[in-house]
Amino acid sequence: MERDELLAPIVRRIVGVLTIVSLVALVLFGLWGAPTDEVQGDAQRVMYLHVPSAWLAYLAFFITASASALFLWRRTRADVWDRVAGASAELGVMFTGLALVLGSIWGRPVWGFWWAWDARLVSTALLFFLFLGYCALRRIPSSDPVGAAKRNAIAALIAFVDVPIVHFSVEWWRTLHQKATVFNPQLNPEIHGVMALTLWIGTIAFTLLYVYLLDRRYRLAVLEHGRADVELAHAIAERTGVKAGVT
Amino acid sequence: MTDVGYVIAGWGIAAVVLAGYSVRLVLRIRQAERDDAPRNVKP
Repeated sequence: MERDELLAPIVRRIVGVLTIVSLVALVLFGLWGAPTDEVQGDAQRVMYLHVPSAWLAYLAFFITASASALFLWRRTRADVWDRVAGASAELGVMFTGLALVLGSIWGRPVWGFWWAWDARLVSTALLFFLFLGYCALRRIPSSDPVGAAKRNAIAALIAFVDVPIVHFSVEWWRTLHQKATVFNPQLNPEIHGVMALTLWIGTIAFTLLYVYLLDRRYRLAVLEHGRADVELAHAIAERTGVKAGVT
Repeated sequence: MTDVGYVIAGWGIAAVVLAGYSVRLVLRIRQAERDDAPRNVKP
């Protein structure tokens, strides 16, 4: 199965428009529409970006792990899964980094410090570095592309083990970080009204942005792969003196 | 720093990171498509 792009042009355009609309709605609700938190004050408005960033980190790494598993399974092995895994991991690293920085900015006025050696924070930082390492691993050149892709897929599955640890860290250990507000074990959201609506708008906006960027990052991976093939063909042609017919 | 300062810092950083990544990605795709175009022609 080979694809130059993940989304059809019309679908990509629709996703792009919906992303912009939902991001504008997020700004309006997050900065003005949602009421000021009684306890935390306006600093709590950072939550409308911090929580969706963390959610997108989970989603992106789940897609990376799923695509990696599909690549490792012989019956479904295809370049598309390797590229989806790499593209999603890069986005996941960005969203994890954003979740860490925004959490730190939110924590300073609420907790009184930028960083704590807390189970949730440490496991999230570990997740960031694990997938940063995975992205670095993907950049190592190899004369055996399938072998390299298998190695990358195994690394992604190992790194993904940290995702449930991050999520359940607030249940398993005593942490400064609050417990899950929406996806708690009771599945009983502890946020309501306009605040909950704003959080959902943020989550939808970031998910749409992720889908759009995943498609674009995949497209770039296809183009870069084509360029690498062409460069290899030219290098072989220079050495052998045979002109390469590149399509 | 006041609460508003933290809000501006948080939302500002998020906007710069997301917009910066998106714009850079689009520019990289355009560059790659330009580089790719002449090679798509068979000699």
